[in-house]
Amino acid sequence: MLSRVADSLYWMSRYLERAEHTARLIDVHLTQMLDHAGGDAGLRWQRLLRSLRIPQPAEEVDAYSITHILTFDEANTSSIESCIESARENARQVREQISSEMWEQLNRLFLRVKQTSMEQIWHMEPHRFLNSIKENIYLFQGITDATMSHSEGWHFIRVGRFLERATATAALLDTHFSVFLTEQTEYESEPLDYLSWVELLRSCASFEAYCKVYTATIRPAQIAEFLLLNAEAPRSIRFACTMMQGALQAIAKTTGARNQGRAERLAGRLRATLDYDQIEEILNGDIHEYLESIQRQCALIHSGIYQVYIAYPIEVALTSRGASQA
Amino acid sequence: MIVPETPDTTGQPILPPPFSHYTLDVAYDEMLDSDGKPRSHYQELYHRLLEMPSETLHQRQQAANTAFLNQGITFTVYGNDEGTERIWPYDLLPRIITSEEWQTIERGLTQRITALNLFLKDIYHDGRILSDGIVPRWLIYSCKHFRREMRGIHVPHDIYVAVDGTDLVRLPDGRFAVLEDNLRVPSGVSYMLANRLVMKRTFPSLFGSYDVRPIDHYGQALLSTLLSLAPTGRTEPVIVLLTPGVYNSAYFEHAFLARQMGIELVEGRDLLVHDNIVYMRTTAGLRRIDVIYRRIDDDYLDPLAFQAESTLGVPGLLNAYRSGNVALANAIGTGVADDKAIYAYVPAIIRYYLGEEPILPNVETFLLSDEKQQQYVLEHFEELVIKAVGESGGYGMLIGPYSTTEQRSAFRQQVVSNPRNYIAQPTLALSRAPCIIDNQIEPRHVDLRPFVLFGEQVTIIPGGLTRVALKRGSLVVNSSQGGGSKDTWVLVEPVIEANQ
Repeated sequence: MLSRVADSLYWMSRYLERAEHTARLIDVHLTQMLDHAGGDAGLRWQRLLRSLRIPQPAEEVDAYSITHILTFDEANTSSIESCIESARENARQVREQISSEMWEQLNRLFLRVKQTSMEQIWHMEPHRFLNSIKENIYLFQGITDATMSHSEGWHFIRVGRFLERATATAALLDTHFSVFLTEQTEYESEPLDYLSWVELLRSCASFEAYCKVYTATIRPAQIAEFLLLNAEAPRSIRFACTMMQGALQAIAKTTGARNQGRAERLAGRLRATLDYDQIEEILNGDIHEYLESIQRQCALIHSGIYQVYIAYPIEVALTSRGASQA
Repeated sequence: MIVPETPDTTGQPILPPPFSHYTLDVAYDEMLDSDGKPRSHYQELYHRLLEMPSETLHQRQQAANTAFLNQGITFTVYGNDEGTERIWPYDLLPRIITSEEWQTIERGLTQRITALNLFLKDIYHDGRILSDGIVPRWLIYSCKHFRREMRGIHVPHDIYVAVDGTDLVRLPDGRFAVLEDNLRVPSGVSYMLANRLVMKRTFPSLFGSYDVRPIDHYGQALLSTLLSLAPTGRTEPVIVLLTPGVYNSAYFEHAFLARQMGIELVEGRDLLVHDNIVYMRTTAGLRRIDVIYRRIDDDYLDPLAFQAESTLGVPGLLNAYRSGNVALANAIGTGVADDKAIYAYVPAIIRYYLGEEPILPNVETFLLSDEKQQQYVLEHFEELVIKAVGESGGYGMLIGPYSTTEQRSAFRQQVVSNPRNYIAQPTLALSRAPCIIDNQIEPRHVDLRPFVLFGEQVTIIPGGLTRVALKRGSLVVNSSQGGGSKDTWVLVEPVIEANQ
């Protein structure tokens, strides 16, 4: 597969995952705000921006302006609209490599977002809009699995999706834990802010899945364990890393990986860490450092993918068995 | 079946619906002879149309349009903001060519492409035809598409033009003539294939009632032509199609052909040259390329050799080509032979290299660089078609009878200030073929672009792209100028006259 094509598929997928994540976070946040009348709304919005790794705006913010920044602001490259536009542009570059059904679904979503304005969704109830973004992205992912051949390109799509998910979830947990765990000395005690922990689970689309494992008893240590180390929940970091590693292995197999498969080795190490680490140890140690390290490793995997498959130096490719002269 | 043949007062045949609006004029009519009777190879189509309720005709045309829309068969129109994708109008009624007519076309095109390839080799090597004074030397060297860089370069098997699309028109006397050679990056073949596909789906019984020669093997034929160009010693040559990218007007066709041939569709940024070898960057490492079917103009091919600011091309490609490590289809510099001023010399070129008379005639052409001819052209400006020599696709031309005084005077100035850049031709009455216009059948002007492949042998896919000027009275068939297209049928058997 052409490196350019792999690159476009990877980014198409990352951008969509990012748009979905952002839509879910705003949606949960806006709903949660209703229960927090009178609380310090400003602080909470700041936290949302931090967990999305978006810089704080200089001016005064309120629900409307932040929602705007995160949905339709073209100046914000991480806004939902910007992400969907970038995903669509990447898909357009490789339109022949994806199925027509995928293209049509993504194009429809793009046109829909383009035709919608902030005033409209604010007036109509933002939940409906944000929910339809999520649903349309789930639909795209389903269409991808159902219509595209599960070969190299499909694996690059999966790498993009799960790498983005692992990084974004780690950033979200980090922000949350840094606020809500600092006040507490005993992790097993009743949390100070029950609603905030539910919000975190909902932000990871994991409230129901969590309850099935631990019942509705909200304990920060259990939540941390679930979102970090659960092997079956599709939103846990461990799950995302397992999927990512699997996809990278499949890619290495098809391409006859060179450079000792740097990207997969990194992914394998991260996955093994998450497979065997104990939540007690993580919490007794520096959880902030732990989550930062996950994000760092994800960044390394990203550059590993570039080094091996996409932007490898020509000299290396020419001297290794990579340049097939046959 | 009785065909009414009483001419009305204006000398027009009176025909039953859906032909009530059908008229004859000086142009050759593909369907009706001069008495208003259907020609024998159109009989079947004509009678089926007579029996067909007008709703059915309408429904079939709708079904065909939907098929094109769903398949996303589009082209891009330049000049509008950010290039708009449009569906190319498709007319349901086939254009039918008899096997005898096709034999002549096939022989004529083979002769022409053979001579033009010899000509290209000659002018980039010995220049015999120039020394012998058949074609003026200054005319070659002043061609916009002449490439000095190609002097003395050996081209694989001396095949300069491997892929050619020649525009033919039918003159009022029924003969086919060559209007234009397209020797650089001719397009349109995907529409030819798509038209046939849609025809078979929407009009299966009509199609089945004729014995039509198939065209579906174009992809394989193109692939084997490209394979035959591979540098010697390469056992499993890697072939790619080089496209300028998604914003190019013919991108649909590039993607379509790459898929048909099962080869990689690459952009300039996917390729790199190292030690005069071309590679593409894949996830499995660099892969050596042997043949490039390039759909990028010479100018943008290699920023080191041609337009330095081009980002579409591959730096170092010309040197790799010169070293014989990669083949290009078509070769660089073929545009010199489809320059419209050189066109006027093609009959002489055929005689010079092959010692034969041209089988397909040229259209009468006036060279503005010749003083006498220029005088004539300037005096008859409003009767002639004036064309810039290095342009294609219907850009840079003026149709005298359909132009305004301002347009003419503007063009006249350009012509006088740069006569080498223009030629003039009589305004031709292109032949007309039946088309569905508002649920009625009316004649419209058509041309024909057959696609010629030159590899180990010459392959001409029977048929080609029939383009039609759908606007009443219009002579311009280009897609960029509101033209449409038709499926083109070449019949297998010679037609048996009905009353034989």
